[in-house]
Amino acid sequence: MNKILKKRQLSENVNEYVVQAPEVAKHARPGQFIILRVDENGERVPFTIADIDNVEGTITILVQTIGMTTYKLSLLKEGDFIHDFVGPLGNPTDLNDYKNIVLVGGGIGSAVIYPQAKYRHQNGLQCDVIVGARTKNLLVYENEFKANSDNLYIVTDDGSYVEKGFVTNKLEALIQQGKNYDCVFAVGPVMMMKAVCDLTKKYGIKTIVSMNSTMVDGTGMCGCCRLTVGGETKYACVDGPEFDGHKIDFMESVNRSKFYRDYECECYKRELEKNGKN
Amino acid sequence: MVKTERNKTITRPSEIRVKDFDEVSLGFTKELMKAEAERCINCKNAPCTTGCPVGVKIPEFIQCLKNDDLDGAVKIIKLDNNLPSICGRVCPQEKQCEDKCIRKLKLGGSVAIGSLERYVGDYALNDNKPTPKPSKKIAYKVAVIGSGPSGLTCAADCANAGLDVTIFEAFHQAGGVLVYGIPEFRLPKDEIVKKEINKLIELGVKIKYNTVIGKTIKIEELQNEFDAIFIGTGAGLPSFMNIPGENLNGVYSANEFLTRVNLMKAFKQNADTPVFVGKNVAIVGAGNVAMDAARTAKRLGADNVYIVYRRSKEEMPARIEEIEHAIEEGIELKLLTNPTKILGEQFVEGMECVQMELGEPDASGRRRPVEIANSNFVLSVDQVIMSIGTRPNPLLTNEYKALETTKRGTLIVNEESQETVVKNIFAGGDAVTGAATVILAMGAGKNAAKTIIARALSKTI
Repeated sequence: MNKILKKRQLSENVNEYVVQAPEVAKHARPGQFIILRVDENGERVPFTIADIDNVEGTITILVQTIGMTTYKLSLLKEGDFIHDFVGPLGNPTDLNDYKNIVLVGGGIGSAVIYPQAKYRHQNGLQCDVIVGARTKNLLVYENEFKANSDNLYIVTDDGSYVEKGFVTNKLEALIQQGKNYDCVFAVGPVMMMKAVCDLTKKYGIKTIVSMNSTMVDGTGMCGCCRLTVGGETKYACVDGPEFDGHKIDFMESVNRSKFYRDYECECYKRELEKNGKN
Repeated sequence: MVKTERNKTITRPSEIRVKDFDEVSLGFTKELMKAEAERCINCKNAPCTTGCPVGVKIPEFIQCLKNDDLDGAVKIIKLDNNLPSICGRVCPQEKQCEDKCIRKLKLGGSVAIGSLERYVGDYALNDNKPTPKPSKKIAYKVAVIGSGPSGLTCAADCANAGLDVTIFEAFHQAGGVLVYGIPEFRLPKDEIVKKEINKLIELGVKIKYNTVIGKTIKIEELQNEFDAIFIGTGAGLPSFMNIPGENLNGVYSANEFLTRVNLMKAFKQNADTPVFVGKNVAIVGAGNVAMDAARTAKRLGADNVYIVYRRSKEEMPARIEEIEHAIEEGIELKLLTNPTKILGEQFVEGMECVQMELGEPDASGRRRPVEIANSNFVLSVDQVIMSIGTRPNPLLTNEYKALETTKRGTLIVNEESQETVVKNIFAGGDAVTGAATVILAMGAGKNAAKTIIARALSKTI
């Protein structure tokens, strides 16, 4: 049982949780994830670590309410407990070989690039950040990124904040302006990561993405999170979650992410009805 | 000598049992147990015991049963086997102790040693007697990684000797393959596994859940805190065939399918964890895990379930009893059949297979299956479950490089002591052997415990 120390609503349907988990925090590194079960009936769901505090022994996660488990999480308050919380799992991000980096975050994916921005900024390494959201009030971590990047570029799909456009528009504009990025680290919805990779392939820029596959155990036992990378089957939990974006079969991953969609919608509806909402 | 026939255990009728997840075999009644015990002729050299990987003193415990001394039988079995209620259910006795029984061929069939063991094990679990505490405590700390059969056995032996034992489990529940792999209808979780684990806790064993060694806690940290470490992390990454279509929705590894159903309780109406069950399901492979997956799919409502296997029935690696139970439950065998491609756009829509015939013996001594040209056909299925084995899990060996592994990735240990190349780090079970049986894993846990206890005694004297 892990206690929620702080809960903060970041946008319409995104909450940030600071969870007491000293054992997880001790070895956690940017890029890794945790798996939680919200209650004793809960499914095992992976969340990427958004922030780590080794001193306080806390792990921060960002949760977008999109299904049953995330809805159940949204009902929890500060002081409540998460039934199971295990990690850190997966491999940490390793961008140390790159000098001129741009981190690209789409929607909730910004949670994944944030610790990398913080890490690079605190270690005196260059890092630009592009953050995209559908609309202004879905944007997360603006102040955090401002404090932890060389340049922050914000785009919104509907133009309700800063600049209208997609992250790929901004990225291409920056490349054409002569920013000599030697690495792009992109995290967000699978189709966004695919779009970024299609673009960077054209410009020959190394691109790393973080795959948010469905998982069960998260320790290399079940194969649920498998994806095709460079023609080979890989497991996001033990081989990833980060991979060379130019080698991933994104369409296959998109398809796999929809496997349980009908079931999930049904459960979500059931859960909402149980709580008197329709 | 009288040629009495082997007594049969009570088995629930197939048409009833396929509708639920309750246990298939109900074992012996007291009367049947007594009658079966009487069949043991107590032969001098006890070949049965030589067939047991942990050397249970079989004629001795059966003698106790003849004398109505159940407590005595418990005591004798537990000298060599801490988990008789589990082994009595899942050991391949017909290939081990019962294979060596002198009655096997001409005297009405082998004594049903496994079922007798189960009877004794269940008695011990339900006798409500307090677990005997070790006579003395020894200040020697043992970390056991994984709570499957090898870990539980190592932990139990060490704790019985008075050592201070902590088990680290990655999941939220203890038992390893006993809870995520073997289905409820073969090994009840609350009635058997949980009770066995509670006995360990009564013995003073501590269990830390949700702890992945190598990630949450590093091996080096364990070394600082513990005198000895036992690695029983089990088998890992499921193997796939590397044929087209394997990543379509509706293709599972047996591990994933069974974990969703067994550990995550997806068979229950109110479970949060989903599991997909098709109308027509193909299980690829023919081991015990394949039988478990097939019978689980049937219970979850599949109309047709096929075991697709490239060799013939004789080569099927599953226990005969499991194969028979599966067939009784309506599972169809598609033998000498090998998948070549899984068809579909998003979900599985069919599986292309090719017919095989048996050729010359291969390295395993079994006749090699060879494709028959132009015999391809499409099996109409909407779900495929791959049950063709596992490869070792690289998680721990990636994090802690001092351990040496074979080319296949299994841990290298000294066969006598189960010690790895790192002093005071032991390993056993599937992490060492690759996918094998519960009893072999227990044997390894036992051997490791022997060495650990000897070291504890020599250090603390």
